[in-house]
Amino acid sequence: MMVAGGGETSVLETWVTIVTVAATAVAGDVLTAGAMRRIGDLDVIRAKAGMGGAIKAVVSSPMFLGGVLMMAVSFFALLFTVSNVEVSLAAPASASLTFMGNAFAAKIFLKENVDHRRWLAAVFVCAGVFLLSR
Amino acid sequence: MRHTLSPQRYLILLAVMLTASVGDTMLSHGMKQVGPVSVTHLGLLLVAMRNPWVIAGILCLLGFFASYLTALSWADLTFVLPATAFGYVVVLLLSKFWLHEPGASSMYRWAGVVLIVCGVGFVANGPSQTQHEPVDPVEEPIRILTGGSE
Repeated sequence: MMVAGGGETSVLETWVTIVTVAATAVAGDVLTAGAMRRIGDLDVIRAKAGMGGAIKAVVSSPMFLGGVLMMAVSFFALLFTVSNVEVSLAAPASASLTFMGNAFAAKIFLKENVDHRRWLAAVFVCAGVFLLSR
Repeated sequence: MRHTLSPQRYLILLAVMLTASVGDTMLSHGMKQVGPVSVTHLGLLLVAMRNPWVIAGILCLLGFFASYLTALSWADLTFVLPATAFGYVVVLLLSKFWLHEPGASSMYRWAGVVLIVCGVGFVANGPSQTQHEPVDPVEEPIRILTGGSE
């Protein structure tokens, strides 16, 4: 596996870092989405309470702060990954794995209606990730 | 489920897509200048925070976060993420023509990106938000126990 810095990274190391980025991103996304659902439409809040009111509504949510913490972990994992793996592999692969993990997590934890259309999208993304790793 | 996106909301999704892909590419460019980070030298990540490309990438990703939160307040997570997947194509184009990464020319990766974009097209064209019915504390347990449909 070619690396950004000119050294070598094994296939296992490459995918461990990519999966770590994805797993922490899924946790962050689900917590953040759950918080935003509880808070409500930001456009409406901004119209009523202004930008300050909207920001206050968001940052005072413990669930949102938990999501941000997980996203911060994911961000540093991404920095670590893109310094060792080509971004054209790392960015789409971690994002695609995040998308698939989110489909499952959103159905289980957020009770979203993940219909056949969204599952079909997951299959296409799976195939796309397989090709990206070639 | 409902699908009520105004042109302004499509612009928010466009902002999510562009800021994420451009931000990721800037981070990659900056981290190449910083050098590879190993587990034993994680302090180098703090050094990276002084790199202009890393700073610009972080600013782009802050813009991404603001537009992403706005989108999540009126759409499902499983709608917002795939609806913005065209960003993968942007990343591949930037990797090939700006960063000149050799792997970005691989036909497999282009085919993979095409499949991902096709897949997410199914989602982007569908409903944006699940309607959660208020649960009746008396009727709901009876419905579950009797196996009744909604």
